Amino acid sequence: MMTFLNFLISGISLGSIYAIIALGYTMVYGIAKMLNFAHGDVIMVGAYICFYAISRFELPPVVGVVLAIAVCTVLGIVIERLAYKPLRSAPSLAVLITAIGVSYFLQNAALLLWSPNPKVFPSVVGDGKVELFDGKLTVSHVTIVTITACVIIMIVLTLFTETTKIGKAMRACSEDKGAAQLMGINVNATISITFAIGSGLAAIAGALLCSAYPTLIPTTGSMPGIKAFTAAVFGGIGSIPGALLGGLLLGVIEIFAKAYISTQLSDAVVFAVLIIVLLVKPAGLLGKQIREKV
Amino acid sequence: METVLKIDDINVYYGSIHAIKGISFDVKKGEIVTLIGANGAGKSTTLNTIAGLLNSHTGSIQFMGENLGKQAAHKIVSKGLALVPEGRRIFLQMTVQENLEMGAYTRKGDISADLEKVYGYFPRLKERYKQVAGTLSGGEQQMLAMGRALMSRPQVIMLDEPSMGLAPILVEEIFNIIRNLHEHGTTILLVEQNAQAALSVADRGYVMETGKIVLSGTGEELLDSPEIKKAYLGG
Repeated sequence: MMTFLNFLISGISLGSIYAIIALGYTMVYGIAKMLNFAHGDVIMVGAYICFYAISRFELPPVVGVVLAIAVCTVLGIVIERLAYKPLRSAPSLAVLITAIGVSYFLQNAALLLWSPNPKVFPSVVGDGKVELFDGKLTVSHVTIVTITACVIIMIVLTLFTETTKIGKAMRACSEDKGAAQLMGINVNATISITFAIGSGLAAIAGALLCSAYPTLIPTTGSMPGIKAFTAAVFGGIGSIPGALLGGLLLGVIEIFAKAYISTQLSDAVVFAVLIIVLLVKPAGLLGKQIREKV
Repeated sequence: METVLKIDDINVYYGSIHAIKGISFDVKKGEIVTLIGANGAGKSTTLNTIAGLLNSHTGSIQFMGENLGKQAAHKIVSKGLALVPEGRRIFLQMTVQENLEMGAYTRKGDISADLEKVYGYFPRLKERYKQVAGTLSGGEQQMLAMGRALMSRPQVIMLDEPSMGLAPILVEEIFNIIRNLHEHGTTILLVEQNAQAALSVADRGYVMETGKIVLSGTGEELLDSPEIKKAYLGG
């Protein structure tokens, strides 16, 4: 029973990281209608910034995370301006290939800048743990912080899109960019804001991910990036609660598959579940089936 | 009367297709001016160009003495020119009230007086203010699209096919609202395929054919014109 609980908690913790990354995919998809495959590599950049700030410059972990958020936010805006904005009216395939190109560019830039040697990432929340039930159940501080961060981010983002003027403008852009322009909404600025938010979240995800799994290399972001993209599709891409649900389910399924089925087959199990869900619900678990009235 | 909107020799292309071929017309303060013509005559293209969604290669679009030529679409509405686009294009997943708030996006300060005014024109929207716009009927969606445009307090409101796809009784209701707006002093540029209805409310009209203006006159003149009767009014 206790081992089951332990696995469940690790699953939720991993799922929370996936959910935070998936938010970046889902928000950008919702508004710019593109899949930003470079998102996973922004996580990696965030993790490196955080690593250097803490290990080399011996700044406090909080400052390291804030610095990583700042750098990634700017990086996200710059990527959008230079790589995606010129393709605003290009076919979606061109944008997709560009995104893959940006992903490789970031990985190779990281290889040049930071070398392929793995770095040991210092946990941003220390190595402490909480022991429950006479030590039968241990929960690390990283896990607690990760889950809390995920919950807070979800609440803040939901309130942001539901109640603020910019949040509502983002929803309007995601539905109809032409009509949004007629309202006086600056669509390009709105897309920039979306990339900024998504990339800032990627930095947080990078710091949390590497605190739990401390090996940092230039390709650290790609697998979690793909898993989080899967989570976004699983929950219904474009939907914020969908990203949360998809992320959590994916994390829990992955950990359980590792624990009870096979470590090697865990990813196969995860993707098999995705395929089954999409066969039954093509728009994802919480995706909206939009029917237009004529 | 003072001219608020003056279109001078605009040419618009879709790739290599020359959709608007050097048209010029004007709208004076407080008028209802209508552009009528068949499908593909370039009526909607003209409105979209004025609203900044498309660009003209030549000529000028003067609004209240200012050239709108190369202005970005999102800057036009705050100058006092609002477009109710073809097919309504309301935000289907947002509530009625949120749609109206989006209409007032460029406005600063309190908008509750404007909300009340729009709900005054369209009482049915008030009953449904919390409803998601996608659940409204076609006529209600058209009212919402018009209300949304009014929220920006426009000097001129451009309506693109407001009667499209509506039952005759609703068409009548929409045209009553257009008359009502007119009586309150709103300047209206109306694009319609329903020539009869459009000409009967309009002060002046222009007839478009394949990207050109081929005829113009007062609403009554055009209604009585034999060419118009033959082409658009069935006899």
